[in-house]
Amino acid sequence: MQRTPLLGRTGWLVFLASALVAVVLIPLLATVPAPGSAFRIPAYLVPLFGKYLCYAILALALDLIWGYAGILSLGHGAFFALGGYAMGMYLMRQIGTRGVYGDPILPDFMVFLNWRDLPLPWWGFGNFAYAAFMALAVPGVLAAAFGWFAFRSRVTGVYLSIITQAMTYALLLAFFRNDMGFGGNNGLTDFKEILGYDIQAPSTRIGLYVVTAVALGLAFLICRFVVTTRFGRLLLAVRDAESRVRFLGYSTTGAKLFVFVLSALLCGLAGALYVPQVGIINPGEFQPGNSIEVAIWVAVGGRGTLVGAILGALVVNFIKTWLTGAAPELWLFALGALFIIVTLAMPQGILGLAARLKRWRRLSSVPVGVEETAHD
Amino acid sequence: MNILRVLMLVGLLLAPLAVHAANLADADLAKLTSGLAGDGFDDKIAAIDALGTSGDARAVAILKALADGKLAATETKQILVEGSAGHFADAVTGSPVAPAADPVRIRVNNRLRGQIDVALSRLTLYSADPADRLSAATEALHRPSLDAVPALDKALATEKDKGVAAALKLARAAALLQSPDAAQRLASVNELAASTDSQVRGLLGELVGGHESDPKVIAAAKTALAKIERQLAYIEIGINLFQGLSLGSVLLLAAIGLAVTFGVMGVINMAHGEMIMLGAYTTFVVQELFRSFLPASLFDFYLVVSVPAAFLVAGAMGVALERTIIRFLYGRPLETLLATWGISLMLQQLVRSIFGAPNKEVANPSWMTGGFQIMGGFTVTWNRLVIIAFGFVVLGLLVLVLRKTNLGLHMRAVTQNRKMAAIMGIPTDRVDALTFGLGSGIAGMAGVALSQIGNVSPNLGTIYIIDSFMVVVFGGVGSLVGTLAGAMGLGVVNKFLEPFAGAVLGKILVLVAIIIFIQFRPRGLFALKGRSAEA
Repeated sequence: MQRTPLLGRTGWLVFLASALVAVVLIPLLATVPAPGSAFRIPAYLVPLFGKYLCYAILALALDLIWGYAGILSLGHGAFFALGGYAMGMYLMRQIGTRGVYGDPILPDFMVFLNWRDLPLPWWGFGNFAYAAFMALAVPGVLAAAFGWFAFRSRVTGVYLSIITQAMTYALLLAFFRNDMGFGGNNGLTDFKEILGYDIQAPSTRIGLYVVTAVALGLAFLICRFVVTTRFGRLLLAVRDAESRVRFLGYSTTGAKLFVFVLSALLCGLAGALYVPQVGIINPGEFQPGNSIEVAIWVAVGGRGTLVGAILGALVVNFIKTWLTGAAPELWLFALGALFIIVTLAMPQGILGLAARLKRWRRLSSVPVGVEETAHD
Repeated sequence: MNILRVLMLVGLLLAPLAVHAANLADADLAKLTSGLAGDGFDDKIAAIDALGTSGDARAVAILKALADGKLAATETKQILVEGSAGHFADAVTGSPVAPAADPVRIRVNNRLRGQIDVALSRLTLYSADPADRLSAATEALHRPSLDAVPALDKALATEKDKGVAAALKLARAAALLQSPDAAQRLASVNELAASTDSQVRGLLGELVGGHESDPKVIAAAKTALAKIERQLAYIEIGINLFQGLSLGSVLLLAAIGLAVTFGVMGVINMAHGEMIMLGAYTTFVVQELFRSFLPASLFDFYLVVSVPAAFLVAGAMGVALERTIIRFLYGRPLETLLATWGISLMLQQLVRSIFGAPNKEVANPSWMTGGFQIMGGFTVTWNRLVIIAFGFVVLGLLVLVLRKTNLGLHMRAVTQNRKMAAIMGIPTDRVDALTFGLGSGIAGMAGVALSQIGNVSPNLGTIYIIDSFMVVVFGGVGSLVGTLAGAMGLGVVNKFLEPFAGAVLGKILVLVAIIIFIQFRPRGLFALKGRSAEA
């Protein structure tokens, strides 16, 4: 059996072109043209683009498990937020004596709560490498534990969706508590610097944006690699007929667990990149609604395509930014309508629509057209 | 404004109707009051105490005016109340007075204020309202002092209400614990043993902990303490059980509708919470209609009208949604989940656009306010009791519909084997729409109940959606008995966890427990068996 290539020729071209735009062109446009010039990208847009790209990683992670393994997690926001909290804790420790209370060790909210010592979970977060490791490890371990229990006892489909939602809801309630030691309601904010660079400086923001773009590119290639291997085919088989795959002697539990953990790691990465760019992390990120919204990004782009997830995240969030600015009361109507229209009228999302359009045009121009077999 | 105040004050002063104990003659009261013009604070305190034990209703207004710094004294020690600047009235009779010289304002310091509070609460012992008297007696129990004994004795002598008399006796016994006479203290301890007040427990605890020297009293206090502890433990179990059932009935109401749409039809209805919200807003609208168009005497019935109204509104919305959206998504559970989530967002925003984002206030009808006391500290409120009963009634009605009506028969037939049902001539499309409407309508009725115990806001539904799913999944999809058991079980467990873990942590623990439970019984407590289980 021949292995599917990582990307086709057009695929690589598009990939490289997008990478060029994201990593070279946008940073150039944000620095080189004189401020006020029509080509200049205003400074506030850079972290916004960065935020979109973080969401794209999140969508990619969900598409990997939903589109390819049929696991619709409605708790992926939890992994994202946990990664964000890990990074936020590092950034809190970097504030040092510049906080309101000027305590060299304790973050402001701990001084406010009259705490004497740094709680155990915060130890080591002054170190960037450790924080970065935890941003991946905590979501990874949680996903492994959760997935092991769930997949082993064959909780699938809607039941899985509901308990993942319960998971993120439980975490939401937990992080709202002050005694948890993660800033309670207010979360973590007021960051000063990252790795010694001023977090507000335009150059740092461009740097963070570029790192995010590179991370998105790598995440895409990793996901693409996973789904093009034999293992990827196994995942598709699990999605379409899990019992049959199990009867053929495959361990579906192991396969699902692996891809679930990988997906959670990507979420943690996205969260860790997200927090320094938006400057705050609070329990609101655990809202079940946020996780459900991710599913709609994927559905809008086209599930089971990876590219669609990225596209969907970017398109929906662009509309969101624009609508919440132009007509805030319309946003929920638009989002709600999007959920309904996409599920009813375009189950394959934007990409599916494009493919259908292309096929239809080819069929009408070449009478005896041989249809290409769709690989998904 | 100030004239009004004077009038009110005068009215208060002249309100002998509100008097329970016998009033003093004007002259006697004036004599007591004149002590307030005394030179030192000690004289004033004595006068305040005397007013406090006088039992005269007019003393209340005088003491309040004193606390507000509105009393002044003439040279002849006549006490005046100042209404508007420069206008005075006699504090006792309330008749206007034009003083010859400027009267001297009577100053109050914090020590006097404390004294005034005590005196006022003692005066409340003679109020005409038994509830006021009861709260004054409880207050006296919580601040026991030997000084209060004469006032309590006096109140006891005239008290006719049994409950208030018991509370007064308790307060008296608590005050006499400070008596120098050991025999008196022993008698008090024995009397207090009958109480279930946590304050009494504290008092006896202090006694045992070293405030007492007499070994007999200590021994009696220890026995009394043990008895009280036991009583309190029972009461706590009772309270937890009742609150658990109350929470359980709320969960039950929230989940019954979902047990139909999700449990029977298999539709993952994320807009279920919004059906509850629609019901709550219907209640609000019905309430406003009653307020504007019907006489106030009928207002108490608005809730009775709200129940069918909410059922119809939410049910009609359910039928409309089923016909336009959900029927295209049967057999695609994950898509259904996303589409219904979209519906829920739109409904929330729709309600927010119409009614505005702030909470709407829905009043309890008079027959649902208040409650009754079962034991000390254990009060059953009517609204909770009504909601528990309502939950069971709704569940009962649903069971009747499913078991005894044609529609119920058709519903069960369609869910068990759609094709076969269609062949037998059952209009499956219509049954689908009606079933979904029924589930939504029940959710609407739940909204009526929930509007009585919480805020009515556009996000009302989001609060209950996860809980509802937990109840249905925990109880077993498709099983109404399971839904009942799940709701009550979760409610009671939650309330019993709360004292140890706190409300939020308790809830988290319950969620985690359910997540783990589902691993072991993925089909819930009462799993369907046989062929339909594989659907």
